[in-house]
Amino acid sequence: MSEPATYLLERSRIESAHTMEVARKHGAYRGIEKVLREGWTPEQLIEEVKDSGLRGRGGAGFPTGLKWSFMPNRAKDPRKRYLAVNADESEPGTCKDRILMECDPHGLIEGILLAAYAMGTEVAYVYVRGEYRLPYQRLSNAVDEARAAGLVGQGIGGTDFACEIWMHKGAGAYICGEETGLMESLEGKRGHPRPKPPFPAGLGLWGQPTTVNNVESLFNVPFIVDRGAHWFRTMGTEKSPGNILVGVSGHIEKPGVFEVPLGMSAKQILEEYAGGIWKGRALKAWFPGGSSTGLLPASMIDLPMDHDSLKEAGSMLGTASMIMLDETACVVRAMEVIARFYDHESCGQCSQCREGTEWLHQIFGRIEAGNGRQEDIELLSSLASGMAPGKTICALADAAAIPTHAVVRHFRTDLEEHVRLGGCPSAGATQETVGAAG
Amino acid sequence: MDEVQEQVPEQDEHKDALTADLRAEFDELVGHYPERRAALIPALHRCQEELGGWLSPDVLEACAGYFGMEPVEVFGVASFYPMFYLYPRGRHEIGVCHNVSCDLRGAREILARVCEVTGAQVGGSSEDGRFAVKTVECQGACTAAPMFALDGAYHENLEVADVERILGGLQ
Repeated sequence: MSEPATYLLERSRIESAHTMEVARKHGAYRGIEKVLREGWTPEQLIEEVKDSGLRGRGGAGFPTGLKWSFMPNRAKDPRKRYLAVNADESEPGTCKDRILMECDPHGLIEGILLAAYAMGTEVAYVYVRGEYRLPYQRLSNAVDEARAAGLVGQGIGGTDFACEIWMHKGAGAYICGEETGLMESLEGKRGHPRPKPPFPAGLGLWGQPTTVNNVESLFNVPFIVDRGAHWFRTMGTEKSPGNILVGVSGHIEKPGVFEVPLGMSAKQILEEYAGGIWKGRALKAWFPGGSSTGLLPASMIDLPMDHDSLKEAGSMLGTASMIMLDETACVVRAMEVIARFYDHESCGQCSQCREGTEWLHQIFGRIEAGNGRQEDIELLSSLASGMAPGKTICALADAAAIPTHAVVRHFRTDLEEHVRLGGCPSAGATQETVGAAG
Repeated sequence: MDEVQEQVPEQDEHKDALTADLRAEFDELVGHYPERRAALIPALHRCQEELGGWLSPDVLEACAGYFGMEPVEVFGVASFYPMFYLYPRGRHEIGVCHNVSCDLRGAREILARVCEVTGAQVGGSSEDGRFAVKTVECQGACTAAPMFALDGAYHENLEVADVERILGGLQ
């Protein structure tokens, strides 16, 4: 098999590509220069992104060009407008945006400039999760370099295009990766998601039109502009074009973030990129796109990694972050960890989520500890059904309910066995570590 | 695990809790936003970095004064975010990731070893004041698991034997 074409991580492999000098030598800012030189209209740019079929890479897979087109017409609505860049990467298993910000921050800045050009947003805030110290520093330095080179601020490239970029550091709350929670946090408040509607494009930051885009989504845009929507569609599938960054973590030989065309099978990624399951063991279960997407059995490893294939299979592409569990791992323990996470991260506004996540945590915890009751399995399903879908302000409750339903559906025997045995049949096995022996 | 309860020490109410340098920095920061209070969270980060690693009641009150907010509002924001500390802590902070990707590769053993080497409990500080230990829910280092952050710097692909080597010599 020939290696599929790559573009997202091309510059990242070059030494010092985080500096302006090296990044420009390797094509950074070519897209925005083309748009300014050829005098594209904002509408033309939105059309190009729509034609490319680019879908958001933050988890929901919403078409990026369509999202941009929701911003009100500038002639009819003169309000100031904002772009918020979601760099609050916090979905368990996900570490792709971090690589882009650390290794190729100018690529992201160019994506921001193009989005700002298309939507007429004169100010962009990059909301970086607080723990990401190096990505924050690299991106912050890159913004300073770009400002000094006349690519950020007023009169960009000698035209009347203006875009200011400000860095903004979060402080450790998962919920601030939800777009309305992010906006509340950016305004200096607790990160409580807002009910929708109104949608951000109508009433966003400080009541003004706002679009929130993920880092990797924006990162794709300069390539689309430079090489064309048609080129973009030569990769991936018809409904999910382009390449995507897939993180593979857990029980594998070579963990890493890999660039693959959308639609490649999870099996091929696991075997040809991530070196297969570690220690010569077999696969037991896997998450296709972060902890919110639900565990799948090994028998489903042939699934193509794209939005529609996974949706049809009753799962989700999410952030395309594959977490692999080998045959010795305990799915109940994994669920206990995940339920604890959602319990910890629920903002507490909606009772279904605040109470539901705590109950899920307690129930998975007692099943794993050997104190599970026969009725607990039905209780898990009934609780998850009471939490989602559409019963709360944001999707955090869904993110806890989806993996709960999935584990009951695909791994009921594991749950039953824990209850019957009064304990975890594989206790101890997953505590084996890479280094414990050495 | 249960969090350890910490004590808030007595405060000197006549002293300005913010330095002139911090105030100057905030003056620049508020210019990035159409509303002043949007700079609150970045400002709280800077306070914590410069003023002893935690946010004392005096600092929160001084920030409230600076941003034109009620102290209780500032407290409400600071208490929402896991990265802000409302009590004094050990000098070196170790944040051990214990989410699923790290758990699958030995995070519990790393955490147990960190507690052993530092003498601190999860959510608390060591008696000698050198260390504060906490668990963190996924720090985006999943493909380099297990890991912890020491004073914000990531240490990845850890083995149990690495813990003492990294932490042992710190004062």
